[in-house]
Amino acid sequence: MQRRFVSIWFRQLLADWLLIRRPGLKEVPFVFAAPDHGRMIITAVSHLAHQAGVEIGMKAADAKAVCPGLEVLDDKPGRQRKLLEGLGQWCIRYSPIVTIDEFSVDGLLLDISGCAHLWGGERGYLKEIVSRLKSKGYNVRLAIADTPGAAWAISHYGKITPLIPAGEHVDAILPLPPDALRLNQEILAKLRKLGFYQIKSFIGMPRSVLRRRFGEDFLLRLAQAIGAEAEVLLPLKVPVHFSERLPCLEPIRTRAAIEIAINKMLENLCKCMQSEGKGLRTGVLTGYRVDGKIVQIAIGTSSASHNVSHLFKLFQLKIDQIRPALGIELFILDAPKVDQLELPQKEMWTFRPGLDDQSVTQFLDRVAGKVGMEAIHRYLPATRYWPENAITLAQAVSDKPSSAWRINTPRPTELLPSPAPIEVMALIPDHPPKFFIYKGVRHLIAKADGPERIEREWWLDQGEHRDYYQVEDEQGGRYWLFRLGHYGEEKKYKWFIHGFFA
Amino acid sequence: MVDGKRALFQKLQQDILLWQGFKPAASCKAEKIGLGEIENSFPSGVFPKKAIHEFITVIPEDSAASEGFIAGLLSVLMENGSACVWVSTSRRLFPASLGLFNVAPERIIFVDVQTEKDVLWITEEALKCKGFAAVVAELNNVSLIESRRLQLAVESGGVTGFILRKDGNQTKSTVATARWKISPLPSQTQDGMPGLGFPRWQVELLKVRNGNPGSFILEWAGEKFEEVKKSKEKVVWSDLKGRQIG
Repeated sequence: MQRRFVSIWFRQLLADWLLIRRPGLKEVPFVFAAPDHGRMIITAVSHLAHQAGVEIGMKAADAKAVCPGLEVLDDKPGRQRKLLEGLGQWCIRYSPIVTIDEFSVDGLLLDISGCAHLWGGERGYLKEIVSRLKSKGYNVRLAIADTPGAAWAISHYGKITPLIPAGEHVDAILPLPPDALRLNQEILAKLRKLGFYQIKSFIGMPRSVLRRRFGEDFLLRLAQAIGAEAEVLLPLKVPVHFSERLPCLEPIRTRAAIEIAINKMLENLCKCMQSEGKGLRTGVLTGYRVDGKIVQIAIGTSSASHNVSHLFKLFQLKIDQIRPALGIELFILDAPKVDQLELPQKEMWTFRPGLDDQSVTQFLDRVAGKVGMEAIHRYLPATRYWPENAITLAQAVSDKPSSAWRINTPRPTELLPSPAPIEVMALIPDHPPKFFIYKGVRHLIAKADGPERIEREWWLDQGEHRDYYQVEDEQGGRYWLFRLGHYGEEKKYKWFIHGFFA
Repeated sequence: MVDGKRALFQKLQQDILLWQGFKPAASCKAEKIGLGEIENSFPSGVFPKKAIHEFITVIPEDSAASEGFIAGLLSVLMENGSACVWVSTSRRLFPASLGLFNVAPERIIFVDVQTEKDVLWITEEALKCKGFAAVVAELNNVSLIESRRLQLAVESGGVTGFILRKDGNQTKSTVATARWKISPLPSQTQDGMPGLGFPRWQVELLKVRNGNPGSFILEWAGEKFEEVKKSKEKVVWSDLKGRQIG
């Protein structure tokens, strides 16, 4: 298919933006300036100031001398890009592939291959964009051509027509100055010095000569403009494969209506996914409100699913977070992450419940939607002896233990989050204590097992080893006590309680 | 005459059970949960699986004992490879210890939330989910209405519910089918060997719906519950003089 590109050049993007916000500045020439090497350098110029002779790159003081009454406003770095990103998002209505013009950061490049006919041809398409942007207050220049480079050149420097028919872009850029090729100042100065004022005066020269004089970058730009080299446009928003739109005739405000909308979109989306054997992992519902704001809710599933009622339940938990305000006019349901759906063969007679049971994963999704994924824990054995490290968190429902659970050493049913110090009375060294006091209660020890020495993982942390005793008091309570470090050293050894046995 | 009355009595009792949602035991042999004598306390001698069991745990020793006891029950309930949910706001259960009770800890899903309300919500959802064998919820307080909701969820699902109640108010009415109190007892080693024996508990069945409450002494004998006869118990209490330390 013939590829076509649009370049939109916002001639005074910042100035236009400010005028929209502060219409009072319409009669005043103003500029944006940012500090650079201790001086204020002008970064953006309004139309009036431009007419008075103020240019970008001038010092603010000089500009004030040239144009009395000039208003100098502070520029914030990155503001222009942010604005362009917003405009780019808006332009997605014209083409799915919209990107910011990275060379001069004052325009957008759109890949419109196969889009223009929706607006009745390229002329209507151009007209639509220009008039929409103009009505908002942006002063733009557009061009359509076969390559992004040519479109950029025509939009910035073209004088005849913005609409270059297919295959004629090379002829169209021939009379343009070399500036139209998106070159840096150094090369441009060199070209001007050599008397190349138009592209046609050097386009026919041998490549080796041009490369020697102007470098590889120059050749690349030239090739991109004439289409010999493909230019990749990185879309602002990567189009999602599974996506559903639901424009509403009347703005939607009620919960019931939102539920209907979600259900309707889910049905279509799930049908699409089902036909390709895919299942949803994450889903994003975006609502475009009448007042221009965007509301969003997102869900996630622990395993791929295209079950409408299940996904709907997950969304239902989050509907409270949507603030419809005056109403939502457009819903978009995206599935940014989908997975291959594994449909196991249904076993008819043997019901095998377990973690991979569908009802379990659906339950987990609902819990994750309600209280968050981080509340759900599942543990696997770790091959470490230190009690606090003996278990690790499983990452996914499908994780299986890599080693068996150790059951040859006693471990308490309840483990305190951190060992609590206790007072003990021990008669013989290296024996369990006779009694211990925990939380003011004296426990007389009747039976004991141990010690089990657990060394600290010295390659990870420093400290003393622990000698664990399993003790039982006269009432039958069973505890896990340990002594930190050796007996009878100058350093004070300490006793702790670390858990309760069943 | 007397026989006629007894037959009438039994008939009425069966009817009441039926109306209260207890299905009569299936015609085939009823599955045992491994509690031995205790199971006779339940209606028609079967441990009610589709029910809420309440455990009164005030002190940590009791809660550890209750968790051990529940783990022993889970080993039977989860035998077929099914999963279990453990919901809590302040969990201290050490998963690695469950291996001692023949439970695979990786099949237990722990949900640690901030509020009791969330615990109740998750418990209710889990009780309705057929893929689970059991749900364990640690709660400080559960009201009649909340327990009623849980009971309804149990009836629709068929998952066994265990509630560890941290408040000591035993007289508080809830709709639980059974109310237990498990407290540890001094263990007994074989032939007077030093050290600790199998975990031994005083299992008090404080309340059973349509059953007979009672008190039992139980031991987790490595692989299954084993009842300790009372006569043996006397020896334990008198044996405190000689401290056994090893």
